[in-house]
Amino acid sequence: MDELLRIHLLTVELPTAAGWVRPVNEVTLRIARGEALGLVGESGSGKTMLSLALMGLLPPGARVSGEAFLSAADGQRKVLANLSEPEWREVRGREIAMIFQEPMTSLNPVLRIGTQIEEAIWAHEPGLPRSVVDRRVIAALEQAAVPEPEVRAKQFPHQLSGGLRQRAMIAMALAARPKLLIADEPTTALDVTVQKQILELLDRLRREMELGLLFITHDLAVVAKVAERVAVMYAGRVVEEGPAASVLMQPLHPYTQGLLAASPTLERGKLTPIPGTVPQLTELSPGCAFAPRCAYRRAECECGVPDFRPAQSGHAARCVLL
Amino acid sequence: MSHLLEVCNLRKHYQRGGGILTASGKGERFAAVDDISFFVAAGETFAIVGESGCGKTTLARILLRLIEPDEGKVLFEGTDLLGLSPKDMRTYRRQMQMIFQDPFASLNPRMKVGEIVAEPLAIHEPQLPRTESLAKAGEILQRVGLGEDALPRYPHEFSGGQRQRIGIARALILKPKLVVADEPVSALDVSVGAQVLLLLRELQAELGLTYVFISHSLPVVAQLATHIAVMRAGQFVEFGPAEMILTAPEADYTMELLAAVPELPRNPVV
Repeated sequence: MDELLRIHLLTVELPTAAGWVRPVNEVTLRIARGEALGLVGESGSGKTMLSLALMGLLPPGARVSGEAFLSAADGQRKVLANLSEPEWREVRGREIAMIFQEPMTSLNPVLRIGTQIEEAIWAHEPGLPRSVVDRRVIAALEQAAVPEPEVRAKQFPHQLSGGLRQRAMIAMALAARPKLLIADEPTTALDVTVQKQILELLDRLRREMELGLLFITHDLAVVAKVAERVAVMYAGRVVEEGPAASVLMQPLHPYTQGLLAASPTLERGKLTPIPGTVPQLTELSPGCAFAPRCAYRRAECECGVPDFRPAQSGHAARCVLL
Repeated sequence: MSHLLEVCNLRKHYQRGGGILTASGKGERFAAVDDISFFVAAGETFAIVGESGCGKTTLARILLRLIEPDEGKVLFEGTDLLGLSPKDMRTYRRQMQMIFQDPFASLNPRMKVGEIVAEPLAIHEPQLPRTESLAKAGEILQRVGLGEDALPRYPHEFSGGQRQRIGIARALILKPKLVVADEPVSALDVSVGAQVLLLLRELQAELGLTYVFISHSLPVVAQLATHIAVMRAGQFVEFGPAEMILTAPEADYTMELLAAVPELPRNPVV
């Protein structure tokens, strides 16, 4: 496996009025070159905070421990935790790029689409002549399957539909040819027909550019479409990880099972909600964070956080039942 | 009279563009709701599904006369609501309530939960003593899965799912016949959204409610709907019994929507 990103026991701590909380708690993950990892979780699971940690965009005051290694384009291995701000600027956009849920709020409303893509290119290659950059802008839009790229480059974000805006965001993110793309709920705000197109686009780009993809979502059905491997997060921890088919067809952790049973499908009458609510990070018990909502809870669940226990090749979960 | 709600040839046009920045000074007229007719029998769930901008929310709001249409009729138990004076409308309005999408924006952050849930009573039954209306609020809160201890607390103390339950309690305290729910679970987490969908289903059976259910999501709609209308560009592309629309759709657009729904792999072993 040609490793692109390795995260080892990464922990993010944030100060709150009630003391330090850990939105990301001892997370260990790997992404290979050209691989798509789906990171699934509900609100407060820590999935977005994990991606911000990988981009060096954590809020001020955050404490980070653990390690994250990135195989950079020049063949070096970068240790993300030790980067200074100028070094982060080399990584952001160039090595790791990110797209967000709502493209309208991530695009600058008063700059033309083309100008914003230019910025992304010039930020990393300041010496590039105008003519080359212009061509790269059009090429980036073409790559993101934006129709009439010359026209769109001259337009402002409000003139584009939601789907086109997300394509423009993707063009911008990939303009500096990063090796890892973090997509944080990129299709949640889109209509289903547009969502389908964006998912297909991301899948094609991943293959063509050998792009590592960290796809963050709350929607298991979307993950089934894009990811080769899936990690499920709950209250800051990865509770299950494995090949997508295996996690979705034979989920090991009661939380993953519950999430699947609670996902509406076109069939009626199969919906089973998980009781209770996602816990506040300030009120976590010392044991398994899911225990209070779990139907299979035992006394030992309260004692400590269960280790990862493997079930079959590459598929493991943090649960005492295994 | 067999239909609780009957809608005839409803139309609503808006101007698009036409501000001071437009060269001609005139925008184009477009129909948000374009000649829509349907009826809903008591106890049914009529779901309106469509993508953003199709006019489904405008239609929902016209049903409650929160937006006035240009043409058409909305008959509630045979009475045309659009012809009613504001005073007469009030007696009907208590029989038709709305549940909103965003549980964060639809509750006044400065009011206590008890006041929020009892507010419809304060409007429609002002003679009711405060202790009694609060007692009723406590009852309905209990019914939607929150305790009476929610009464003196503020909305920010509750999670998204709990807030949506507060919104449901407020909609149900007047014992309405018709509830219009506009994307009631799309802002919620999966596990919590499922709780709210099941709660809506239970309440319907228990209280004999009739729902008009607006959503962009066919899987969500499939959980509750007895009838489904697929809406596009202000018109119903197709409507009929839920089973038919989901399993044997006739319109190309419905098929396209169904095909775009990402599905979980078959038979997950749970």
